[in-house]
Amino acid sequence: MRLSKRGLLLALALTPLLAGPAAAQNQLATITETKVVKIGIPTDYPPYGFVGVDLQPMGLDVDVANLIGAKLGAKVELVPVVSANRIPYLQTRKIDLVVSTLGKNEERQKIIDFSVAYAPFYQGIFAPKATSVKSFDDLAGKTVAVTRGAMEDEMLAKVAPPGTQVQRFEDQAATTAAFAAGQTQVIATSVSNIGILSRKNPSLGAEYKLLLRDSPCFVGIAKGEEALRGKINEILLAAKADGTLEALAQKWLKRGIGDLPL
Amino acid sequence: MQFDFWSILVQWPLLLRGAAWTIGLTATATLLGAGLAVAGAWARTQGPRPLGWLVGAYVEVIRNTPFIVQLFFIFFGLPQLGIRLSPGIAAVTAMTINLGAYAAEILRAGIEATPRGQIEAAESLALSRAQIFLHVVLPPALKTVWPAFVSQIVIVMLGSAVCGQISTEELSYATNLIQSRNFRAFEAYIVGTLGYLSLAILLRHLLNWAGPRFLFGR
Repeated sequence: MRLSKRGLLLALALTPLLAGPAAAQNQLATITETKVVKIGIPTDYPPYGFVGVDLQPMGLDVDVANLIGAKLGAKVELVPVVSANRIPYLQTRKIDLVVSTLGKNEERQKIIDFSVAYAPFYQGIFAPKATSVKSFDDLAGKTVAVTRGAMEDEMLAKVAPPGTQVQRFEDQAATTAAFAAGQTQVIATSVSNIGILSRKNPSLGAEYKLLLRDSPCFVGIAKGEEALRGKINEILLAAKADGTLEALAQKWLKRGIGDLPL
Repeated sequence: MQFDFWSILVQWPLLLRGAAWTIGLTATATLLGAGLAVAGAWARTQGPRPLGWLVGAYVEVIRNTPFIVQLFFIFFGLPQLGIRLSPGIAAVTAMTINLGAYAAEILRAGIEATPRGQIEAAESLALSRAQIFLHVVLPPALKTVWPAFVSQIVIVMLGSAVCGQISTEELSYATNLIQSRNFRAFEAYIVGTLGYLSLAILLRHLLNWAGPRFLFGR
């Protein structure tokens, strides 16, 4: 078959029109119709999302994704995503929702929409149960492992009293290793990192002591899907009201949801 | 392109502290390492056979593994055996063990180059074995290999830069810290480079001056 150049251009120009109506259809309606919802979840980020011994994804994000699916009356298709690709997946409609420890900031708000927050995410001070750290002043004279240049390093520099022996390491792995080896009494890190450590090294008994920085998790929704966003908010607010979200946070993070922003 | 060296130099207390740490680590490791090297070289040339083999194994292990792995093993690995060393002590230990192995080999070459007749002459004067080693064998051996010995110490001093990885607060740690605070990478590493360069030149001159004066004579 021979196509003239003009015909080819015309065909190309019409393609978006053909694809248009499908994409423009209300996403909530599509989900209700097909009874399938595709949700992006992390699989490398305990305790939010990781692969269990049975090779099934599990974690707080996975539980929230399943909760949303159940309330939507749709079968959940879990799609593993990582930090770098979760927003592109949403933009290109490979997934309907992102439940992947997603924080809200201005740049992201320009390209996608957010639900209300469903779980806390935070950087904090962790130490074994026997180590007493009740306030930042208690850090004086203690050794604290932290990753140089990370958010928690800056936070720690602001709040640590003089006399705190801060030991800075190159990356999270070295920081965690130093703490796990008992080289430092205290570690300042993210809750997900302490999750990995506690799972692999339960004998350490590392527990949450103090908060450095809060950055809660939101469900990401494609821009302009107001109906879907309304529905997700309704589900999350109901789960918050009946204590489901609180129970999930306690189960996975060993800490309450606290005061989640809307 | 705008350079802002002031934002680095204003942190001079941190840099000075880092340089002091580097000097202290190097000085301690040099003294301990040199002692280890003399003992190692003696064991391999004149000591009992099994001890010589043991030292040989030590030299091979250290010379065929990266310094950073030795350092990480001491700092991150040993605590599992209940041996917990502070970053400073772990750094000195790693540097000493490392220098000891290389320097023992350098020194062994010097000892083997000592003419047999010199030792026989000492024996005929009824000197004890220890006297012979310390006064007849060692000084000329040191003199022969001194340039290589000094180079090895400078290498260990420069190698101490990786000790910042276990949060030893030496010069490269200070440089990295300043860089991660103000993101002035170019300026920070130029300052760090000049710091190491001047330390290395100073160290080389110091050792080249001190060796003939205190250890083996001209």
